[in-house]
Amino acid sequence: GPGLCLMSEFLGLAYFAEVPVVVWDVQRVGPSTGLPTRTSQGDLAFAHSLSHGDTDFIILLPASVNECFEFGWKALDLAEKYQTPVIVLSDLELGMNDWVSKDFEYPDKKIDRGKVLWEKDIEELISKGVKWGRYLDIDGDGITYRTVPGNLHPESSYFARGTGHDEFAHYSENPEGWRKNLDRLKTKINNAAIDVPGPIQNLTDNCSKGIISYGSSDMAVAEVVELLRDKGKKIDYMRIRALPFNNSVKDFLKNHENIFIIEANRDGQMKNILSAEFPRYAQKLISVAKINGLSLSAEWILGELANHI
Amino acid sequence: MANLKYKKRQKYTRKEYLGSPSTLCKGCGHNSISNMIITACYELEIPPEKFVKFSGIGCSSKSAAYFLGRSFGFNGLHGRMPSLAEGALFADTNLIGIGVSGDGDTANIGLSQFKHIIRRNVPLVYIVENNGVYGLTKGQFSATAEKGLKLKRQGKNPYLPVDIAMEAIAANASFVARSFAGDPKQVKELIKAAISHEGTAVIDIISPCVTFNNQDYSLHSYSWGKGHESPLHELEFIPPRDEITIEDFERGMVKEVTMHDGSVIVLKKLEREYDPTNRTEAIRVLEEAIRKNWLITGLLYVDPNTPNFYKMFSMGKKPFNRVPSEKLRPRRASLDKINQSFR
Repeated sequence: GPGLCLMSEFLGLAYFAEVPVVVWDVQRVGPSTGLPTRTSQGDLAFAHSLSHGDTDFIILLPASVNECFEFGWKALDLAEKYQTPVIVLSDLELGMNDWVSKDFEYPDKKIDRGKVLWEKDIEELISKGVKWGRYLDIDGDGITYRTVPGNLHPESSYFARGTGHDEFAHYSENPEGWRKNLDRLKTKINNAAIDVPGPIQNLTDNCSKGIISYGSSDMAVAEVVELLRDKGKKIDYMRIRALPFNNSVKDFLKNHENIFIIEANRDGQMKNILSAEFPRYAQKLISVAKINGLSLSAEWILGELANHI
Repeated sequence: MANLKYKKRQKYTRKEYLGSPSTLCKGCGHNSISNMIITACYELEIPPEKFVKFSGIGCSSKSAAYFLGRSFGFNGLHGRMPSLAEGALFADTNLIGIGVSGDGDTANIGLSQFKHIIRRNVPLVYIVENNGVYGLTKGQFSATAEKGLKLKRQGKNPYLPVDIAMEAIAANASFVARSFAGDPKQVKELIKAAISHEGTAVIDIISPCVTFNNQDYSLHSYSWGKGHESPLHELEFIPPRDEITIEDFERGMVKEVTMHDGSVIVLKKLEREYDPTNRTEAIRVLEEAIRKNWLITGLLYVDPNTPNFYKMFSMGKKPFNRVPSEKLRPRRASLDKINQSFR
C-alpha cells in the first residue's frame, strides 16, 4: 500500500521510458498506514491508475500461493517482453499465512528477455541498412528494441529520459510525436491482453447470473458457487487473473444479465474498472464488497446474494 | 571506477566525447563543467562506451545530454539520480558512472539518496553543480543558498544553508572535493581523480547561475568566487602510464595520493599545509570556511582504501547483464529440494 504510493513516480517514469520492472504488492488495509497486518484487495484502483498523465499497467492477481510462485516468473517475463512495469497484487491473506498447497511447479517456458540488442545485433541491423532507434516500432507490435549500458557498440547508446522523446530517444516537444508515442504505449499494453494469465471460468448452460472475483477472495467465492449449485441455483463464476482484460471478460459480461463483482474493498474497485471499460454492460454489474481487514466469508457473500438469487 | 591500466590505447578524437549542443543560458557554469568533463574523459583516453551518465532533474541534470553523446545516459527523477546509478552500475561493474546533480536535486529532495549511496561507497563520480537556486523553475532559493540572500521576486532567504561537502564527509564519503566553475583547470583534474577513485567521489562545484543568482554579493556568483576562492593546493592528476619527474617539484612542497589503479594525485602546497587524508582536519577546515564565508577549493578528503560496494558483495568483473538465460534460472533439482523442505 504505502510502498506502492512511494513508487508511483518511478513507475510513471518506467512506463514512459519503457524500463522493465516488477513490483510485488502484498496488499493490506489502507488508506494511509491503515491496518498494517490485515488483508485487503484495496490497491487495485490505485495500481490501475498509477502516476500522473495517461498510463497503463499490467496487473497480475494471484489467488493462491501456487499462483504466486507461477506469477513470479511470469511477471518477470512479461515485464521484459513488454518493457514495462508489471504490478503483482498479492495480499496478506496469501503473504502472511501458512498454507497447505501442491508442489510449486517448475516453469514450463524458457526465460523471455524480450527484444534486447547486443553488439552483433546492432551490427547486423546496420549491415541490412535498418536504422535502429530505441523507440522505433520496427515490428509494428508497439514493442521496440532496447539496448542496455555495457553495450560497447558505438551506435548502441541512447539517453533515457522522462521528458518527451522521438523514436531515436532525442529530446522532443513535437506535438504529433508525443501523441504517436503515447498511442504506441497504449497499443503495446493492450496487446499484452493475450499474453497475461487469462480468466478461469466455471460455467453452466443457459445461466443468466454470474460472479466475477479475483485474488484470495476466490476461496470463499468457490465455496459459494458450490453451495448455490447444491441448492439448485444456477450461477457462473469467472476469476479474473490479470489486467489488461482478456476478450473473454467482455464475453462474460455480454452473456449474463446480473453480474456480481465480489471483492474485499469498500468502493468495489474491480466493478468500477469494469464499468469504465465496458460502459455498455455497466448497468448489469452489482458490487458485493466490504473492507474490514478480514477475508470475505462464504456466509457473508451468500447473505448479500440472497436478495438477488 | 576505472581500471585505467588494462585499457588499450585507442585513438579517439575530442569530437567523440561531445554531446548535443547546450540549451542552457550563455555563461552558465554548467556549460563550463560539461566542457571539463569532455576534456577530462578525452585526455584519459577511455572509450566513450565505458561511461554511463546519470542525472536528476534541473538545469544541471539537463547538462548530462551535453557531454559524452556516445555514452548511455538516464535523466531520471528529482533527487533520485543515485538509485538509477546504483542499479545500472550493478549490471556491469566495468562501467564508469558519472552522476550530475544540482544543489536543489541533492541538498533538498535528494539528501537521503545522497547519503545512502555514499554509505555504500558505490563507485560513481558524483558532481553537484551548485548555484544556490532552482534554476529550471526560475530562481527559487535552494538548500545551499546562504541565509539572508536576497533574490528578485523571492524576497530574503530566512533559512540556514546545507553544506554539501560537509554532508558528504558526515556520511563517511571516501572522496570529497569542492571546486568552482571559474577554475576550470582544477575542475578537470578533480574529475580525472574522481574517475580513478574506486568509490563515490563527491565534487561540489560552485556553478553560477547567470540568470538568477549572479549578484556580486551572492556566495554563488562568479565575482564572489573569483575574489574569494582559496584553493587548498594546486592539483594535478597523473595517469598510471605516465611517469612523474620528481625534479619538477620542490621537496616538502608536494603531497602525493596514490590510487588503486596506480594513478597519482599530486598536490602542490600553496599558502598552507593541508593533508587531504586527515578527516578531522577536513571537517575543521570546512567548518572554518562555513563560519568565515571562504570558498575553499581542492581535494578536501580522500581515502583510496575504503572498500567499495562491489567489494562488499564480492562482485567480479563479469557483467551480470550478459549472463545467459540458462544460467539465470536454478535447476529443477533446486525446486524439488525446496518443495521437499515444505513436506
